[in-house]
Amino acid sequence: MGINVDLTVVWAFIIAFAVFMYVVMDGFDLGIGILFPSFKVGDERDQAMNSIAPVWDGNETWLVLGGGGLFAAFPLAYGVVLTATYPLIIAMLLGLVFRGVAFEFRWRDPRHRALWDIAFSLGSFIAAFAQGVTLGAILQGVQVENQAYAGGWLDWLTPFSLLTGAGVVIGYALLGAAWLIWKVEGSAEAHARRLALWAGAGTLVAMAAVSAATPFLQFEYWKRWFDMPGVLATAQVPLLTGIVAFLFFRKLRGGATAAPFLLALALFALGFAGLGISLFPYIVPDSITIWDAAAPERSQIFMLVGTAIIMPVILAYTGWAYWVFRGKVGTHGYH
Amino acid sequence: MFDGLDALLLARIQFGFTVSFHFIFPAFSIGLASYLMVLEGLWLKTGRDIYLDLFRYWVKIFAIAFAMGVVSGIVMSYQFGTNWSVFSTKAGPVIGPLMAYEVLTAFFLEAGFLGVMLFGMSKVGKGLHFSATCMVALGTFISAFWILSVNSWMQTPTGFEMSPDGRFLPGESWLAIIFNPSFPYRLIHTVIAAYLTTAFVVGAVGAWHLLRDRANLHARKMFSMAMWMAAIVAPIQIFAGDMHGLNTLEHQPAKVMAMEGHYESHPDGAPLILFGIPNSAEKRIDYAVEVPKASSLILKHDLNAPLAGLDTIPDDREPPVPVIFWSFRVMVGIGFAMLGLGLWSLVARMRKRLYNWSWLHRAAVLMGPSGFVAVIAGWITTEVGRQPYTVYGHMLTAQSASPLAAPAVAASLIAFVIVYFAVFGAGAWYILHLMHKPAGPHESEPEHVPVRTAGITPAPAIATGAE
Repeated sequence: MGINVDLTVVWAFIIAFAVFMYVVMDGFDLGIGILFPSFKVGDERDQAMNSIAPVWDGNETWLVLGGGGLFAAFPLAYGVVLTATYPLIIAMLLGLVFRGVAFEFRWRDPRHRALWDIAFSLGSFIAAFAQGVTLGAILQGVQVENQAYAGGWLDWLTPFSLLTGAGVVIGYALLGAAWLIWKVEGSAEAHARRLALWAGAGTLVAMAAVSAATPFLQFEYWKRWFDMPGVLATAQVPLLTGIVAFLFFRKLRGGATAAPFLLALALFALGFAGLGISLFPYIVPDSITIWDAAAPERSQIFMLVGTAIIMPVILAYTGWAYWVFRGKVGTHGYH
Repeated sequence: MFDGLDALLLARIQFGFTVSFHFIFPAFSIGLASYLMVLEGLWLKTGRDIYLDLFRYWVKIFAIAFAMGVVSGIVMSYQFGTNWSVFSTKAGPVIGPLMAYEVLTAFFLEAGFLGVMLFGMSKVGKGLHFSATCMVALGTFISAFWILSVNSWMQTPTGFEMSPDGRFLPGESWLAIIFNPSFPYRLIHTVIAAYLTTAFVVGAVGAWHLLRDRANLHARKMFSMAMWMAAIVAPIQIFAGDMHGLNTLEHQPAKVMAMEGHYESHPDGAPLILFGIPNSAEKRIDYAVEVPKASSLILKHDLNAPLAGLDTIPDDREPPVPVIFWSFRVMVGIGFAMLGLGLWSLVARMRKRLYNWSWLHRAAVLMGPSGFVAVIAGWITTEVGRQPYTVYGHMLTAQSASPLAAPAVAASLIAFVIVYFAVFGAGAWYILHLMHKPAGPHESEPEHVPVRTAGITPAPAIATGAE
């Protein structure tokens, strides 16, 4: 059994990695969509759109890996979570449909560009909000009986899940603004820098609010965070968050271009680590652990072999694609 | 609106709707990616600008079709969990890893290199850019490989064990799961279908512009290339389809009975029913036009071979006959029409009339969308033919759906219908708009999109040797 247990943990980390990659990479795409209406029609919007046009599709693929990986490695959790958050998932998917096609359609149809800009922005907002609410829905737990979801189709709707929804929207806006500081020029960059300030402050408030509310949910989150001696380790998370936040604002005001984005990523990594501390080893708090939900060993090994070989290759050519489009996007697209 | 419909039926309609819509795009982009690879390769090899012009022309269309394929595909990867959670939980250990491999080996490859293919020619140079195009084309094929393996396993499941709690567990060898009995046939039949679909679209666009200007060299080139595909590949496809049918007869005889409309067993030679009206209540084909013993000849290569009918299958294990009977005939009819057009083009070529035979061009325009119809009809034939099972012979569709309330499924179905028709309708309109313009020398972006002068096509950047 020993090896089986290890593989399940390995897979939990792989899925967590895929989800994290998705959150930060599509996070800045969606964030740009959320902030899009505040950019001026014309050059500012075109720069913002062009800064992600070559990479958004690859970024979104991590969502398919997160979903597909969950299906493959933890089929029970895949079935239960997606059923429990059904309307949210559907809303997210439809939001992503509008967001995705807008990249092409707005260039094809100048007469209706304003309409596709709205689709881009609204689609991004809906997708981000739905993802945030889904996170809250998982944290607050779902009703499971006989290995299946046993609640109603609106059980996820609570003040807490709306809070996490708002938090993710603001957090994505931070990533989007920070990305734009790095990639665009002129008035668009200055505008992005102002937005990043507000979104940075908002993200910290949201993180604090979610952290404060989480221990009051019904599960033993409190114990995980504050029992000795674990508190010595878990206390590092808020501590580091404070340090990263301080550096972020300093660099932002100092006029750095790449640093704000990288520090925003670090902020997300810390938030993600915090969620990991809260949840592990549960996928659905108090009812389904990673071992309950795990696929059999043969499935895990088969996929692990492929993942171990292919994942580094994916990271390499994804990195290459980003390298090809490095630097400021310029006012005339990539050329 | 949905009174009297239960959640199960709504979930089935939703999956059928979303997958049919989605399938249109890969059916086109698999073939188009390969066509673009060929065009760019020919350009690099010959240095003739006409190939680059055609590449630039079709890559704009590809970008739109691909984007629609991506967004509708993400929906599919979540439909299993949202609407079919019981199926996902039970079959996940077997088919989940195959789908994970699809993401790892295909989706990332396509998405990672698509940006470079669309935007990066001036940044990486011709050779690397061609590699990116090849990677995108390869990705579309690998994607088809894995998803058709999953689909085939649901049709002809092998290589698994059942756990005590009713889950499908992988057996000793994954090869037995991946290369299940119907997979090679389905893969070949489907990929060829995608190539043919693309060929007929390209041919129709070429023909459309030839009807307006016979001297258009770009229209001539694409029409000629497409008609070679039709003439060579359509007969291969009919042969591949026949092989696939024989494989289905071996593993899913009830599906073939429904395709053939054989309600009755025929102990000494079954007729080939060309047309008729399936009458499920009376279990017979009304007004049947049939060729005696021909079905036995096709399926068993023997005029007098006995063929069992649906009377040998319990009623609650039969697939619905009328749908399959019709969709099969639509597919086969289009297949032979494609063959006909391919042969016609050969005659035209021999008579040196390929570029000035207006009726041929009109027929090609008419046949432009036929590939999509055939692909969807074939898909309906095989998927509805799998009913009443999700995993053929082992798991009933009725036992596969999520425990969802009907209003939730109905609401999401309505949302999908509205959004898909609006969004993909707009996308189809933009594609038709692009096709309506003739391809010409120095093919590039429209003037009024200055920001993308070096954007979606690499054209101007190359023309000016920018940066």
